[in-house]
Amino acid sequence: MRTLKFLLQKEFRQIFRDPAILRIIFIMPMMQLLLLPMAADYEMKDIKLTVVDQDHSSYSQQLISKITASGYFKLIDYSASYSRAMEDVEQDRSDLILTIPPKFEKDLVKEDESTVFMSINAINGVKANLGGAYLGQIIQDYNREVRLKWIQFPRFNPEPQIDITFSNWFNQRMNYKYFMVPGILVILITMVGSFLATLNIVKEKEIGTIEQINVTPIKRHHFILGKLIPFWILGLAILTIGLTIARVIYGIIPTGHFYVIYVFAAIYLFSILGLGLLISNYTSNQQQAMLISFFLMMIFILLSGLYTSIDSMPGWAQVITRFNPVTYFIEVMRMVVLKGSGLRDIAGQIFTVLGFGIVLNACAILSYHKRA
Amino acid sequence: MKQFISFVKKEFYHIIRDKRTLFILLVMPIVQIIIFGFALTNEVKNSAIAVLDQSKDAASAELSQEIDESNYFTIQKSLNNASEIEPEFKKGKIKMVVVFPQNFGSDLKHFNKAQIQLIADASDPNVANTMVSYASRIIMDYQNRVNQELKLPYTIKTEYRMLYNPQLKGAYSFVPGVMSMVLMLICTMMTAITIVKEKELGTMEVMLVSPVQPLKIVIAKAVPYLMLSIINICTILLLSVFVLDVPINGSLVLLILESILFILTSLALGLLISSATDSQQTAMFISLTGMFLPTIMLSGFMFPIENMPLPLQIISNAVPAKWFYIIVKSVMIKGVGFASVWKETLILTGMMLFLLFLSIKKFKIRLA
Amino acid sequence: MIITENLTKRFGHFTAVDAISFQVKKGEIFGFLGANGAGKTTAMRMLCGLSLPTSGKASVAGFDVFKQTEDIKRNIGYMSQKFSLYEDLTVIENMRFYGGIYGKSDAFIREKTAYVLKELQLENEAKKLVKSLPLGWKQKLAFSVAIFHEPSIVFLDEPTGGVDPVTRREFWNLIYQAAEQGITIFVTTHYMDEAEYCNRVSIMVDGKIEALDSPTGLKQSFAAKSMDEVFLKLARKATRTAN
Repeated sequence: MRTLKFLLQKEFRQIFRDPAILRIIFIMPMMQLLLLPMAADYEMKDIKLTVVDQDHSSYSQQLISKITASGYFKLIDYSASYSRAMEDVEQDRSDLILTIPPKFEKDLVKEDESTVFMSINAINGVKANLGGAYLGQIIQDYNREVRLKWIQFPRFNPEPQIDITFSNWFNQRMNYKYFMVPGILVILITMVGSFLATLNIVKEKEIGTIEQINVTPIKRHHFILGKLIPFWILGLAILTIGLTIARVIYGIIPTGHFYVIYVFAAIYLFSILGLGLLISNYTSNQQQAMLISFFLMMIFILLSGLYTSIDSMPGWAQVITRFNPVTYFIEVMRMVVLKGSGLRDIAGQIFTVLGFGIVLNACAILSYHKRA
Repeated sequence: MKQFISFVKKEFYHIIRDKRTLFILLVMPIVQIIIFGFALTNEVKNSAIAVLDQSKDAASAELSQEIDESNYFTIQKSLNNASEIEPEFKKGKIKMVVVFPQNFGSDLKHFNKAQIQLIADASDPNVANTMVSYASRIIMDYQNRVNQELKLPYTIKTEYRMLYNPQLKGAYSFVPGVMSMVLMLICTMMTAITIVKEKELGTMEVMLVSPVQPLKIVIAKAVPYLMLSIINICTILLLSVFVLDVPINGSLVLLILESILFILTSLALGLLISSATDSQQTAMFISLTGMFLPTIMLSGFMFPIENMPLPLQIISNAVPAKWFYIIVKSVMIKGVGFASVWKETLILTGMMLFLLFLSIKKFKIRLA
Repeated sequence: MIITENLTKRFGHFTAVDAISFQVKKGEIFGFLGANGAGKTTAMRMLCGLSLPTSGKASVAGFDVFKQTEDIKRNIGYMSQKFSLYEDLTVIENMRFYGGIYGKSDAFIREKTAYVLKELQLENEAKKLVKSLPLGWKQKLAFSVAIFHEPSIVFLDEPTGGVDPVTRREFWNLIYQAAEQGITIFVTTHYMDEAEYCNRVSIMVDGKIEALDSPTGLKQSFAAKSMDEVFLKLARKATRTAN
């Protein structure tokens, strides 16, 4: 026990004397939290539109006005030829081309039917889908207006109409930041906790001071606890800093209780630090450790549901996400912050991550050999 | 020249002998492509939703079934009353609830007007938006089909054509992004770390004392990573074409040349970082926060640049990966030629020269 | 204090240490010499419990190197080639740390720290970071830290590398003092003049002990005027060099 006290004293002194680490601990979170949420916005607005109007009728004009009035689209070009419009798309000046053929109005009135053509830059599939859907909706609305003009409908509307009303819960203003910031906080804690812990141990290996420890009667679990505890505390410190930034800059106040977040964070850090320790046991220099940690971290982050939803992933990928501690923390963070979930709601996640932690740390202790 | 080659050889030995690192450097792009190509998508597929059917008639049942049968949704639960909605959302599995009010079917039949309410869990506004859009579309399609039977006059039909990516594969927008990421990582971060490592170990001084110009020593360090990167580009392109079915529509030669340009830019960046730091840890963190994160966030491949606040849009112009991403998209997927990307190429070249100049200058100052 | 019997260490097909047998008495200053690659460091690591022997027997301070390594570690001190003091901790902090992890009481640590500071004349540097000390002082401090917890044996791995002759002599004075207090000293070096300071010396060549005697005895056996000559005569036979 006393041994542990001496170990911890040494570790903390070393951490706080290292200017590089301090900068990393404070600057990185701030930068990430400030920049990332501002950049992350998938909302569809100002979709760039080129209209090729080959009809130039009052109807085509009305349709175009209606489209531009919707706010979803930005009219970039109003050109006469399709090939010019295609150039727009090729040069990324435009996302969508709406072609109104000649005799649009005439055909609609005389033949009862007319067709418009949409060409959509589908490199980003979702954007294309949504853009097409919005435009399609506007055209349909316009269609209804045209019909009303021509036909005096009896009191009861013969055109069956389903009115769809929308309601957004938990994030009334559909603010993407509310969704991203908790997730980014998780990433930060993971990186600081795991990365730094791994690097710390490997650095001692590289310099040679670890041999000095191996020669003493310090027990393995003391040594590992001595490495784990400082970074565990640091991780929680970052969490606090992050939550403060989230509150001050983004006005995000968790709907649920803070203690739920901290309880889970404590268990999560235990788990992720175990992983970091395990990695450090198998690498001999900092460069390797950095690369391996980064590689694993990247896979974890990508397959965690931070950027893209887990439900849309294929089966095998979903299985991987279930073995990824980051997934659980992001779930928990979002649930507590946005929906106010409580300890009971996240019991499943708590037990899973605890399980991971026990396994990882046990492996770390067992694979640490004081003797080669 | 011969001395330079012996330095390059030594650097190669370092890398080849560190099997773990080499393995990761070569395997990483493959893993990324697989993840991005197959696992990640912003699309909504088989999303778990719930239905609160207060009407329970033929129409609501039919519509529910259509929603369930679509690729987008899977109805996991049938709720019995509105108070069940919030706890379901809190549990976290259900992302949207479709509510049919009472008398849905009869209202539609007799008054030709009925309501449906879509309640979305807007924690993830993006997914909520998409789900609501798709659900609306399904409902409208249903409505249209009913209308068709009535043969309404004055119908505007819409025909869609998806350009470049008719199957709406997510891979098309990701592959160019993965290329940028991998190259940036290897060229900038690894190069920086390698050079700083020699500084840390003290062996840099030994080399500086040799008759080879210091600049050549540093360039010799970069050469193996240049080769590695080219190998990685080939891997990525091969995977894209044969595994992801993302074709290379434009000129392969142009693509590779532009990639080399980007590699050189990233290497110059790595050089700059290494001349400014003394410890490997710092080099790594500067690479990550200063280069890598901005590359992911601001290059346009994960998040659309046009949605960002203006200051970020301006900053994104300084990120080399942004220009490279545009070039790769244009050449590889749209199939255009040099004439369409000359502007971006020029910018990238300018960046490379500037970075090179800056890092050489800084390097010389440090030695003096 | 140290007894080895055919102690062997093999790495695959390569035999680094080949069946060495020797004994070291309490209070002895025992020099463990050999060319680079001869197997000195490997042998020492086995005795410290840092490496598991492949075969043979050995005991240090009465404890078996196979089964009782933790007991061995409690009773030995160790100073590695790289000195292993924490550069980013102060002089006092290093002493307190090592005193603490060997289980010494706070009172002991306080007294001993004051004593060492006085002995090494480092009182003014007590609160300075180790990295700011010149090499010679670091090395003397490292030795004092290695014996801070008053072990019965201390292992020194090339402790005087890169240091000027005056400082080396001062260092050896510290070693003599420790030996007088009853601490057994096991030191590896390839400064042959230091070999003269030892009570007995063993020379390893290609993993085997080719000579073991007092310096005077060795010089007689090999008809040499200095330990340098003895060493050269033996080393010429070596087929292994450091890789």
